[in-house]
Amino acid sequence: MIEVRGLSKRFGRTQVLTDINAVFQKGKVNQVIGKSGSGKSVLCKCIVGLFEPEEGEVLYDGRSFHNLELEQKRQVRQEIGMLFQSSALFDSLTVLENVLFPLRMFGTMDEAGMLDRAHLCLKRVNIEGKDRLFPSEISGGMQKRVGIARAIAMNPRYLFVDEPNSGLDPQTSILIDNLIDELTAEYDMTTIMITHDMNSVMEAGDNILFIHEGRAWWKGSREELLRSDNKELNDFIFASGLMRKVKDAMKR
Amino acid sequence: MDLLFHIGRYFQLIRETFTRPERFGLYWKRTLEEVDLLGVKSLGIVALLSVFMGAVITIQTKTNIDSPLIPLYVVGFTARQSTILEFSPTIISLILAGKVGSTIAAQIGSMRVREQIDALDIMGVNSAGYLILPKVIACVVINPFLVVISMFLSIFGGYLAGTLSGLVSGEVYLQGIQTDFTPYHVTYALIKTVVFAFIITTVSAYQGYYTQGGTREVGISSTRAVVYSDVVILIMNYLLTQLLLI
Ligand SMILES: Nc1ncnc2c1ncn2[C@@H]1O[C@H](COP(=O)(O)OP(=O)(O)OP(=O)(O)O)[C@@H](O)[C@H]1O
Ligand SMILES: [Mg+2]
Repeated sequence: MIEVRGLSKRFGRTQVLTDINAVFQKGKVNQVIGKSGSGKSVLCKCIVGLFEPEEGEVLYDGRSFHNLELEQKRQVRQEIGMLFQSSALFDSLTVLENVLFPLRMFGTMDEAGMLDRAHLCLKRVNIEGKDRLFPSEISGGMQKRVGIARAIAMNPRYLFVDEPNSGLDPQTSILIDNLIDELTAEYDMTTIMITHDMNSVMEAGDNILFIHEGRAWWKGSREELLRSDNKELNDFIFASGLMRKVKDAMKR
Repeated sequence: MDLLFHIGRYFQLIRETFTRPERFGLYWKRTLEEVDLLGVKSLGIVALLSVFMGAVITIQTKTNIDSPLIPLYVVGFTARQSTILEFSPTIISLILAGKVGSTIAAQIGSMRVREQIDALDIMGVNSAGYLILPKVIACVVINPFLVVISMFLSIFGGYLAGTLSGLVSGEVYLQGIQTDFTPYHVTYALIKTVVFAFIITTVSAYQGYYTQGGTREVGISSTRAVVYSDVVILIMNYLLTQLLLI
């Protein structure tokens, strides 16, 4: 479980996040939704400590992250897996080496064990036979999947995925959503997924946080989401005609 | 104000760079890669420059001596002295700052803007150490070799130019380069080279590591890496010369 308390972040004079309070549950895919530029990625980076927030704290299963020494922070980080919005694969390493990277850095296995583990993770995301290719030689969707494989290589307790299915076709997108669901349940991880894909929200959203202009504007499940009369939330959700039809159908 | 901020952050980065690596094996492998990328791949340009510089120094020295009172072997002597004292350690380091420094800043800078450094940090890797330390070690070890090679080639270039143009005979040139040889001058040159190698790698890595923005800023960082490395090298060159030669 990850708890965020009173978190605020600004860059220079722009206030990006204001007093965010949220609880992300274990064994679930917790979703963070919101318009582009609302501060989702910044929130994510504040939680993992890539940005230092001006106020507030983050608790990893009760451990206050910001009070830890750098060395202890690195320990907690070894329990974190993260898929960046840009995938952030190391482009001087091959697909296989990318997944092997955290294992080689921190793993306690022998070389054969690491290779097995890396192949297992790649198989898990449906990437096979691409071991020797470089990130620039595979498609964007594959890069995301390799990014996920790298994120889960060390069996993390906390998984962060920043827009895993932006720019992907609906089929691949569903594949990735399902994968994240399965992995979360399988390893009992605390997963935080940033998305503005309504499809994924409708598929998996038990615990949804809506960020608007840097504030935790609304929280709830997908059923509550459809029934909510919060104006900004409705503007966001029902921007598409399809979602309006879903809502109408529910009313009937 | 700004300058103090950068100096403070620079030394902080250096401290992080030199904290204990998590896996020595991985660092060792990375260091060998850097030796190849930053050292061996610079050999060509260093060799080319050295031969031609030595040649030019020799011709210029000869054409500037028109007094019959000055013996001809002075040409060889001068070529050797300027090569060992200044040309090989300083000019070659400035050239390397251009080649190696811009590579380092561009490489680390693009990793920064493409969130790859964040990815390292998130895994709990000491990103500064992992990325920068192998480059510093590679250059500090390999640059002295490059400079020694440059010394030989520059003096050899002088020999070629002197004999081919008929300005000075091979025999006299060889006599000149053996006149009043002070081994300490080579030590002085190598000390300078090591310090310059440290400056090139750390200043450039600093520029890359703190790049903010996108590809345009990576270009700017890369240019800054060269300019600042050069400026710091020139200042240190002056200080070290005063410290070591007087
Ligand atoms: N390093 C930074 N320096 C300054 N401002 C930043 C920085 N990173 C983000 N911001 C600002 O913070 C705001 C929120 O950005 P963020 O990346 O969190 O948006 P987002 O909700 O993830 O959007 P998207 O859905 O497009 O990814 C933006 O206005 C952005 O300009
Ligand atoms: Mg984002």
